[in-house]
Amino acid sequence: MNLDANRKTALKLAGCALAMFGFGYALVPIYDAFCDITGLNGRTGELSAAEAAAIKPDPGRTVTVEFDTNVNGQLPWAFRPLQRSVQVNPGEVTLVLFVAQNDSGRMVVGQAVPSVAPAKASPYFNKTECFCFTQQTLAPGERREMPVRFVVDPQIPRDVSTLTLSYTFFEVPENLRDSVPAGNNKQSS
Amino acid sequence: MSQAVAHGHDDHSHLPAGWKRWLFTTNHKDIGTLYLSFALIMFFIGGAMAMIIRLELLEPGVQYVDPTFFNSMTTMHALVMIFGVVMPGTVGFANWLIPMMIGSPDMALPRMNNWSFWILPFAFTLLLGSLFLPGGGPAGGWTMYPPLMLQTGFALPFVIFAVHFLGASSIMGSINIIATIFNMRAPGMTFMRLPLFVWTWLITSFLLIATIPVLAGAVTMLLTDKYFGTSFFNAAGGGDPVLFQHVFWFFGHPEVYILILPSFGIVSQILPTFSRKPLFGYESMVYATASIAFLSFFVWAHHMFTVGMPLAGELFFMYATMSIAVPTGVKVFNWVATMWRGSMTFETPMLWAISFVVLFTIGGFSGLMLGITPADFQYHDTYFVVAHFHYVLVTGAVFGMIGGVYYWLPKWTGHMYDETLGKIHFWVSVISVNLLFFPQHFLGLAGMPRRIPDYAVQFTEWNQISSIGGFVFGASQLIFLYLIIRCIRGGAKATDQVWEGAHGLEWTLPSPPPYHSFTTPPQVTDAVAHS
Repeated sequence: MNLDANRKTALKLAGCALAMFGFGYALVPIYDAFCDITGLNGRTGELSAAEAAAIKPDPGRTVTVEFDTNVNGQLPWAFRPLQRSVQVNPGEVTLVLFVAQNDSGRMVVGQAVPSVAPAKASPYFNKTECFCFTQQTLAPGERREMPVRFVVDPQIPRDVSTLTLSYTFFEVPENLRDSVPAGNNKQSS
Repeated sequence: MSQAVAHGHDDHSHLPAGWKRWLFTTNHKDIGTLYLSFALIMFFIGGAMAMIIRLELLEPGVQYVDPTFFNSMTTMHALVMIFGVVMPGTVGFANWLIPMMIGSPDMALPRMNNWSFWILPFAFTLLLGSLFLPGGGPAGGWTMYPPLMLQTGFALPFVIFAVHFLGASSIMGSINIIATIFNMRAPGMTFMRLPLFVWTWLITSFLLIATIPVLAGAVTMLLTDKYFGTSFFNAAGGGDPVLFQHVFWFFGHPEVYILILPSFGIVSQILPTFSRKPLFGYESMVYATASIAFLSFFVWAHHMFTVGMPLAGELFFMYATMSIAVPTGVKVFNWVATMWRGSMTFETPMLWAISFVVLFTIGGFSGLMLGITPADFQYHDTYFVVAHFHYVLVTGAVFGMIGGVYYWLPKWTGHMYDETLGKIHFWVSVISVNLLFFPQHFLGLAGMPRRIPDYAVQFTEWNQISSIGGFVFGASQLIFLYLIIRCIRGGAKATDQVWEGAHGLEWTLPSPPPYHSFTTPPQVTDAVAHS
């Protein structure tokens, strides 16, 4: 009788342990969803190009959008924005250019990871076209100008006058490369 | 119940002798002894690593060891002390004491008990063996943050599998403890009559079952990121290294309470005995322990305030952290109130328990300072943090355990230990440990970062004082080792009650207790219930 009770307790608790192992993995999508909802981690809004074009610009207000670029670790690239900052009216679709150059003697695949600060403004920042949507492959010595098309949602909180869009380029290891052949990057829109 | 007991007794009437007794044992006292001996050996291995760290930090510049080896010393010291000393040590106490305290013949699941111990030597062979691999042991810190940890060489899978093993051992131990407390209590031993040590272990077991699997998941993600092409924490593949910190500390903060709660329990047994008064506020102690455990799930991000968090998050985690000071304050208040106007005597266990209350509280206060978000930006990753967690873990968890050893050693061995030697051990330890860790507060406030083998010259004096304190503290533990061995081998005969003011079921048994504690369950009434 007692042995049965012990076995039951043990099984129940082992079930709890197993469930918590699953919960550890469930934290990955939960974290992702949490970041999307709150704009934590510089997650941006997700308007399509058509939705962005339909927004009525607000000429009565300007916000400054600054650009910041970084290259991670050993990635042998030079990477910079062609303009340090732009002034935009919320609702106005704007095109800016970034340039990356592969300074090494080998072909390198890179992936840019974006982030927008301050976090409370990031859900109002929408990119309709970005080189960060796909991996970028640069041949040795190749230089590429890469566009970003964005629109700032007019709903953006009143006290935000400056936004910073930051990109960090990471080298993509062999096993994580997209199957798209090198040099055929079509920017999605 | 009585049938099961009688059956168990027959099984063990012919004990295997020699090493087979220890390898095949399912007896809670044997397994408790194994756990405690293992923890003691690991205490000296982890302590030797600390001596190497303090030796290198005796002077600025790189003197004795290679910086990578220094980093693997800090990493391994932490892993050994946490997973090899405090966790197995407290499980050893649980094995020895819980059946005797609740009036049961043995643990509920004796075979699993054997397993959960014998996994440990294998796990530590993997972990310590990684030091001898090409490229050296793990050097990315015990917190194993990617991407740094992913730069570990051959040692990485060894560390990860060792963590898996250690986790499995802890989970099995916890299941066993909960099953024992739920199902094996003697008649009349209601939950509100459980000794506080049993309560703290019950709550600790639930924390272990809830958080160790999350750690296992996090390190498995590291493993697959490194070897199987996943990108949980790899930004290039769409992952996020900060995610690891969240998952790790979701385990890591409850883990620090896993380390300290059993010592809370031990101290709550010792103080009433030598104050000759019942524990003040027994019920509030139980509820405070449970509240601490519950709140520990909502404070993890205070370990990562500087990671870039919105203000609302920082405020939430700051206030949640501060709120834990309330139940902890209740506990400290109750300990002090237990001693208030008691007929106190100061035998060695009492000295350790009192120093626990004082020094743990200092560590608690520096924890509150770290919990203040704006202040944490200065303290983060400095020696202030090192000072803080050594006050709560060494003068907290470890002092509680040492006090517990002195308190129950006469019961376990049947011999009194050498009281003079015990007092010498205490005084040398308590002075040197403060010499060791107190100056680290000043170093941290002055800006000395943790986890570095070299430092700017203005930090020299405090580091030298700290190192000297460290060497004395390390050496004084040899007194402890000598004293334990001598007590096991002989000494004045201990009485059943051992201490004049001791109450509780374990003190009704002979010293040393019979192989099976209570073959007939005792009837528990308020008179014999918790001290």
